[in-house]
Formats: sequence, C-alpha cells, structure tokens
Amino acid sequence: MVSVQSIPSPAIHAEERAHEADHPSSLVALFGADQPLKLDCGIDLAPFQIAYKTYGQLNTERSNAILIFHALTGDQHVASVHPVTGKPGWWETMVGPGRPLDTDKYFIICSNVIGGCMGSTGPASTNPATGKVWGLDFPVITIPDMVRAQTMLIDRLGIDTLFCVVGGSMGGMQALQWTAAYPKRVFSVLAVACSTRHSAQNIAFHELGRQAVMADPDWRHGRYFEEGSYPHRGLGVARMAAHITYLSDAALHRKFGRRMQDRDLPTFSFDADFQVESYLRYQGSSFVERFDANSYLYLTRAMDYFDIAADHDGVLAQAFRGIATRLCVVSFTSDWLFPTSESRAIVHALNASGARVSFAEIETDRGHDAFLLDVPEFFDISRAFLESAGKARGLTRTGG
Amino acid sequence: MTLQQQVLPLAGTPPQDLRHYRGDHLLVAQMVERGSKVLDVGCGDGDLLQLLETRGIDGRGIELSREGVNRCVAKGLAVVQGDADTDLVNYPDDAFDYVILSQTLQATRQPRVVLENLLRIGRRAIVSFPNFGFWRMRLQLLVGGHMPRTENLPATWYDTPNIHFCTIKDFVQLCDEINVKMERAVALDLYGRPLRLNAPWWFWNMFGEQGVFLLSRAEKAR
Repeated sequence: MVSVQSIPSPAIHAEERAHEADHPSSLVALFGADQPLKLDCGIDLAPFQIAYKTYGQLNTERSNAILIFHALTGDQHVASVHPVTGKPGWWETMVGPGRPLDTDKYFIICSNVIGGCMGSTGPASTNPATGKVWGLDFPVITIPDMVRAQTMLIDRLGIDTLFCVVGGSMGGMQALQWTAAYPKRVFSVLAVACSTRHSAQNIAFHELGRQAVMADPDWRHGRYFEEGSYPHRGLGVARMAAHITYLSDAALHRKFGRRMQDRDLPTFSFDADFQVESYLRYQGSSFVERFDANSYLYLTRAMDYFDIAADHDGVLAQAFRGIATRLCVVSFTSDWLFPTSESRAIVHALNASGARVSFAEIETDRGHDAFLLDVPEFFDISRAFLESAGKARGLTRTGG
Repeated sequence: MTLQQQVLPLAGTPPQDLRHYRGDHLLVAQMVERGSKVLDVGCGDGDLLQLLETRGIDGRGIELSREGVNRCVAKGLAVVQGDADTDLVNYPDDAFDYVILSQTLQATRQPRVVLENLLRIGRRAIVSFPNFGFWRMRLQLLVGGHMPRTENLPATWYDTPNIHFCTIKDFVQLCDEINVKMERAVALDLYGRPLRLNAPWWFWNMFGEQGVFLLSRAEKAR
C-alpha cells in the first residue's frame, strides 16, 4: 500500500486555548445585561466582553489614540508575546518605540474581535445562560457588529475621537466600516490590502475552508468541546488552502520551487516529498494549535457578508459622503486576494465624495501577506502618513 | 508693473522660500486663488502641491508612476496612483475649483478628452505644456533633420513618454474647437521667465519654450 501522511495531530494547547477564550491574559472590558451589543442579525448579545491590549500613553487631550484591527486569524497581541504559542506579536514590525506606529508617540489599542477566540465573546466562550461553550448557538456576527463593539470599548476608555484607525485585510474592512459609520470619531484611517466588499472568489475560498472544517467527523456539528474531540484535520486543510491565497506564485516559487523535503528522489507515495507540501502542513498544524474551529467559521462568514455599498443604495461614494477624515489606502502588486483594483474602487468612491485620500500601490512579490512582513516602502508610507496627520491634528512629540 | 513682477515673487510668500520652485509652478500657484480646492493631474514628486499647500490651498494629486506617488504620500500629500487617460472619468462634475495639468498633456493618449474632463471636474483648468513650435525645436528639425531634444525634453523619439506634442498655436486652436475660454495665457522662455504680454501669438509660438493657460468653460451658445 502507498504510504500516506496526513496533517500531524498538533500538540493541542486545548486547555490554554479554552482558558484564553473566557479568561484572557490581557485587559478585559465587561459589558453587562444593561449594555447589550445590538447585532445585525437582530439579537442583543449580553453580557459580553472585549479583550484588548494597549501600548504607550494616552495624552492629556486624549487625542493620540490609535485603534488597530487584526486580520481574520489575528488577535489583540499586536506587539506582545502570544499567550498560547509564545511567539512574538503579529505586527511588531509596525508597532513599537520608533516604529511607524510609534508607541512613544501614540496610545495604541488593539482588541480581539467579537466572534474571536482570544478573550472577546465568541463561539469558543462560555454561554452564561447554559454554562456551556457557545458553539453554533452563538449568533452570526458581521464586520459592523465588530465595529459597534469597538465603539463601546472606546467609550469605556473615555476616548471620543481616535487619532487613527489602522488595519489590513479583515482589519482594513473594520477601518473602512469605522470611516463609513462613525466618521466624526475617526481623524485618520490607514486601510491596507482590503476592500469594501468581499469578492465572489474570496467568498468561494472561505466556503472551501468552512466545508473542510465541517467535513471533519471530529467537528461534531460544532460540539467538539463537549465531546472531547477537535477537528484539527478539517481546520488544518482550511488553513492550508487559505494560506496559499495569502502568498503569490512568485513568492512560493522563490521560497520552495520544486525542491524536495529531506530527500533527493520522489518516494512514489503521498508523503510530503516537496518542501512546499511540508511547509503547508506545518502552517495547517501550527494554526490549529492556537485557533478555534468554530471561530474560524464565524469570522470568515462576517467577511463574506461585508459590503459597505449595499447599505447605501449600492453607491459606495454615498457611504463616505461629506467626511472630513484623512485616509491612506495601500495595496500590494502581487496581492490577488485583495487586488489593487479593489483599493482603486475605494479610492474612486472616496474621491467622488471629496474625501482627502492618498493611495499607494507597493511593488512586492510577497502577496497578500506583505502587510505583515518587512516591506520598508510600506513602513515609510505609513510613518509619513501618520506624521502628516499628526501635524494636522496638532499632536506634540511626546505623549504627555 | 511688468508681468515678471506680477508673477515673481508670489504675493504673501517670502522670496527665499520660492527659490527652489520651478518658474512654471510659481506661475500656476499665482493663478490659483487662496482657499480653493485643487486637483493636480500628473503631480510627479508633489513639488507644486507642496507649494500650493503653503498657500492654504486644499490640494489633491493623481500620479501615474508608483515611485512618484510614494514620494508624495511620504511628504504627507493626498495623492493617488492613477492615469489621466482612464481615471478622470471617475471624478464627479465640479469636484474642484481648479484642475491642473502641468507638463502632462503631451503624454496622454487622448489630449482632447483629457482637456474636456479637466473642465468638467474643475470650474477652471490650468494647463502647461512644452511648446513644440519653440525656435530651437524648429531649428533641430530644419537644420539637424532629427527629432528635437532639449534640456527639458531629453528623451529620444523611441523611448519618450511624450506622444502628443503640440505648439502653442495648436493648443489655442483646440481650445477654440471645444469651446473653452482662455482666461489667461502666458508663454515662458527657456529659463521659465514670462515673455512680453503684448507680444503677438506668432512671437510666443516661436520664442515660448512652454505655454501656461488658465481655462474656463465658455458659456454654452444658445
């Protein structure tokens, strides 16, 4: 029989993960029954909580706060060690002292989205009504729901207007939603590798990922927590497929080509002969260690439903009418998940509505993931945009 | 007052700040009313936009080259990557007080359509372009027998981005054809200095190295 290797069963940090979902090792804002989160699906979610991290100091005028949004599988640990994996923060290249999002200058907030699994209320959290994990009883949430929850957090922190909102990919969607829904509370926006609506191709990839999770018998219709199983194969496959969309043909070729993994000749089996196979399997298995499968279903769904223009008679420019917010939109040449054409559509709409917008396309072969990587031109533009916005906002050098 | 004095120095800006600006930029800046909203099409490195912003003008830019855009954004300017030929259609009517096309008309595929779009998007348009009727151009073709090349237009015929050269005379003719009103016209010499205002058109067409025009929509004939 031909030898077969499937995705290795991960060293599942099941307990740590479950603990983080309810008792995150970061700050938590609790909202009681009197402060429900009004969801687009019509349900009032209460009580609920938002897990968040802050970096730097809020100045006395409360005018230097930047809210960062994480992407699909990110979290609030933007520039601090991840409590489950022990890895560095996901955007340490951008956030820190002297970095473009300079923690010596700005007060930086990053919260886990509603529906996430790192401490904000989501399908992996315990439902207070039943004492059991929410699972599929959790209501389907949207990008506007995530943003509505963030406004409640910002209110709680006593901040009226954010100096800047920043995000890439799903984070960029949240940034644009903030701009459209709460323009007076946002002074400037840095929206990276994103779109105002999810394309058919992107919905298709998400559906592929969800079906992979649901096809895993260990998913148990979302009740894997209670039944002591975990759909690590399904979620791993979902991550492998998604990971390909985050890269580019050129990047994969440069990194792996057709090189073999620890062997010179093919084994005539379904083992991971090629380096690229081995890499993808690693990506799949390391992802399932830290991420909740149901949360993946909910968050991909939220992105699929996102369409700002749909809420404004199909006219995107209408969504940004009369805004005084300064925007910078950035795309990457090799990003085929959120291609430059999507950013261009955003820019056309913003121009039509008279907004002050800059748009730069950055040349790189690293695909969608470029916004998370070391791309100096992107850092320069982000820094310059924030500095000029800071000047317009009257921010002084120090956070005092 | 001579035109030179009208143009340079720019009212309200200290002369020492103006030294590093190009002559045609200073002239354009002088044509734009303070407090207005301006779109600079083909804004390059953003030098003109920066000059305009020092004068309290709300400036936006479009630039084709990625490097140019990134340098502009790095300067804090509101500039988007785009193409005058294809992207101007996406701007609504009357979005700007002025739309500027500085040294770019000759590089567009459809200069006439671009010009019409400029005056649809903006109440006024300011267009500057190299004059192909300039005596040195004529001389190179007449005596040298080769396509003209100058300090300002150094590219050879086979790699120049400039595909639609015109003379001042040609441009004036186009303005008449598409019913555009010329509010002001200035020809600059090789050193960016304005030529005599009362000189006849043929003189400008011969001795102007570039033309700068302030245009507006002519009243529609009834």
